[in-house]
Amino acid sequence: MTPAMSTTGNGAAGHLLEVDNLSKRFGGFVALENISLSVAPGERLGLIGPNGSGKSTLVNCICGTLHNEAGSVRFDGRTVDGLAAHQRTHLGLARSFQLPRPFVSLNLIDNIRIPLLYTVAVRGKHHGAHEVEARCVDLLREVGLDAKATRLPRDLTQVEMRKLELARAMAAEPKLLIADEAMAGLTHSEVEDILALLVRLNEQGVTVILIEHIMRAVMSFSRRLVVLVSGRKIADGDPNDVMRDPEVERAYLGQ
Amino acid sequence: MRTPLFLTICLAVAAVVYAAAVGVGNDYVFFAGYVILQYIVLSTAWNILGGYCGYVNFGSAAFFALGAYSTVAIYKLIETQELPHIVPMPVLMLIGGVVSGIVGFGMGYLTLRLRGAFFAIATLALAVVLQTLIVNWDFVGGSRGAYVLRPEDLPLIGPYIRYLFLVMLLLAVAALVIARLIERSRLGYGFATIRDDELAAEASGVPTLRLKLIATTISGALMGMAGAPFPYYIGYLQPASTFGLDYAVNSIAMPLIGGTTSWVGPLIGTILLGSLQQIVTVTISSAVNLLVVGVILVAFVILAPNGIVGLVHHYWQRKPEDFVGRRHVETDAPGAVP
Amino acid sequence: MIFSFDLLINAVISGILIGGFYAAVTAGVSLSFGILDIVNIAHPAFIILGSYVAYIVNTTLGVDPILTAVVMLPAFYVLGAGIYQVYYVSFEKRGQESLRGLAFFFGLLFITEVSLVLYFGVDYRYVEASYIGPTWHFGTIDMPLRILVPCVVSLLLIAVLQLVLSKTFIGRAIMAVAQDQLALRLMAVDPIRIKRIAFGISIATASLAGAFLIIIQPVEPSVGRDYIGRVFAICVLGGMSSLPGTVIAAMMIGIVESLTSTFYGPSWAPAVSFGFLLLTLAVRPAGLLGR
Repeated sequence: MTPAMSTTGNGAAGHLLEVDNLSKRFGGFVALENISLSVAPGERLGLIGPNGSGKSTLVNCICGTLHNEAGSVRFDGRTVDGLAAHQRTHLGLARSFQLPRPFVSLNLIDNIRIPLLYTVAVRGKHHGAHEVEARCVDLLREVGLDAKATRLPRDLTQVEMRKLELARAMAAEPKLLIADEAMAGLTHSEVEDILALLVRLNEQGVTVILIEHIMRAVMSFSRRLVVLVSGRKIADGDPNDVMRDPEVERAYLGQ
Repeated sequence: MRTPLFLTICLAVAAVVYAAAVGVGNDYVFFAGYVILQYIVLSTAWNILGGYCGYVNFGSAAFFALGAYSTVAIYKLIETQELPHIVPMPVLMLIGGVVSGIVGFGMGYLTLRLRGAFFAIATLALAVVLQTLIVNWDFVGGSRGAYVLRPEDLPLIGPYIRYLFLVMLLLAVAALVIARLIERSRLGYGFATIRDDELAAEASGVPTLRLKLIATTISGALMGMAGAPFPYYIGYLQPASTFGLDYAVNSIAMPLIGGTTSWVGPLIGTILLGSLQQIVTVTISSAVNLLVVGVILVAFVILAPNGIVGLVHHYWQRKPEDFVGRRHVETDAPGAVP
Repeated sequence: MIFSFDLLINAVISGILIGGFYAAVTAGVSLSFGILDIVNIAHPAFIILGSYVAYIVNTTLGVDPILTAVVMLPAFYVLGAGIYQVYYVSFEKRGQESLRGLAFFFGLLFITEVSLVLYFGVDYRYVEASYIGPTWHFGTIDMPLRILVPCVVSLLLIAVLQLVLSKTFIGRAIMAVAQDQLALRLMAVDPIRIKRIAFGISIATASLAGAFLIIIQPVEPSVGRDYIGRVFAICVLGGMSSLPGTVIAAMMIGIVESLTSTFYGPSWAPAVSFGFLLLTLAVRPAGLLGR
């Protein structure tokens, strides 16, 4: 896996992702209110918050699955607001879905093949069929799914489907990977495995945003922590400092 | 099997079919065979959008009719302007294909942002709108219909119906080759992701709107090409029957019965259902025929959702999936719930 | 195109009256499509079935069609519940609603229509009742009773439905099942049963709508097809699950159709509702009153 380090113009302060005053409503319900966030290349960002605080909505707006009413998103130096989700993926933004969304009629290898065919290939790197197949299997091996490579998603457990989600996001060779609750339901050692995988990715130059409820994973992985409560960002900084912030304590314990 | 070989085999089969038809000596074979070949094209075309991408088109009749009416328009143009009388059939087909392809593209552009169910309803609406436009267009006969004179016998081939049969035979081969080509290409993978989960497809980098437009355009164009020779086949063209629901039902029923995931399904479904319909129409009545189609459609959709192809797969694969090429089998991680 | 104010007024009134009827026709789809998310394109076929049932009873026993329809409500309800059960087991449970569910209803549409053709032929059928024939005149405004009566009863039907949906437990459960099945389960209510009831009600409305139809115009089996587009156009335009929205949208479409028919000729009328539908879908899929 050799995702490129960001070399194109990163915006004034060298940020890979800039979210600027982003707001999203569903009818009368305000899901996100004036969220501003910057992520530097190579960063390890943790994003936490109670259920329903808007984390997945934020991811959806960043990735183009949802349209935000206000604010803007800049990725790798360019404004992505008008771009469709697939175009943002081409630029290097990848995400895994909180509730796994595998391609049910394709086997695991083919599931992984899709980003290779439609994202990596678009960037000008063409590989022969054998090489593509080998890369698919390699990716499946990284998440421990190569034994079931020719099976269909319906033969997977929930946990395995989450791993497939992650592998598929990785297959797009992103500059920024957003892992949305990829570890839910995993055992202790599985969590360690996925964490190690994400650390490896990060060392290879991939910026990672980790959205999780498993606190020890978040604390050990993140170099910076952002807290979202009821659609608003209430904290952003060093993980230990953030966790000692009284407002954060209230959000987690006072409910 | 690589495509050129497949094409050669198809053409060989086509040649055999044509020779057999000539051998029977009765022109009825050509008339009946034409209908089945026409439906092979229609159901294969429908399946590209419906089976591969999962977008149900209820308006197959409209694209078919557009092809037919562009032929009528050209025919009337020739008549009224007293131009030389023969535009070759392949050219007519091309024109029919282009017209329907453009409409398919336009329809796609308007409606493909809609969820699947809304898209299906929109296709129905489009069919009626197009029908209303044609009914009110007097140049092509409007609701009174249009007569199209079939040309004289051709040298070498004989009765014109044999020429129509031949042309449709070649179009059917083309449709099958195109469908198979798509299926095995990157486009085919993309279509499958659209069918399975459009959101995830977009997130993986698949340009879903563009692919869907490609599907509607190809599908529409093929249907239009199938419709172009129709006025010469039937002699008298009327909007009510040309836009009839039987085209819509058949182009959906045949792939569903045969199997929607590959090019084989529509072929099998058409041959089986098409032949059955010919038999029922001739022996009982055409109304009962439609009833039979409806019942079979519902039965298959409930009992055999993957069609005949699915049934064959199911009974052929008694052993569980084997792990191809794995050096060792990794057990599931401890604690995983099967 | 001769324009006269009288013609205009009458066209508009006629449109409003027909619109009331259209609302009853669409109410069933607002339930099945708007709330349950089931694309029952066979709904018009059930309406035609209702028309024929009213026709049979009217010609053999001389009973008023609307009365017949009310008596037949339970039968249609059972039919609807049965169809939903098949739909659920075959498609919803397997997650195959989109392609196969649509094909299923399409097949039902076909089977129903062709069966009616086989049994009754393609002749137009009509019913007799005391209010079919006379017309009330208010100055230059003509209101044929055969349209006025169904319109009034339709609006009554809608009002009753709205009350049921908003005030009764079952009604509110139906509204809830679209949004939160888990919550219903936690309240020990089986969402499948609720959906079955809702779909049963949806088909039951077809019984009444069928009676209204055959009062307004003679019926033959393929008449249902004209209504497929109308019904979904009104449903979408009216905001999908909103009954008041359905009434407004129905009257709008009724008026536009009436004006088109009066000033441009009836051959353009079918395109009106379908054209409206396309426009609405293209421009504002959430309808006028939003979802």
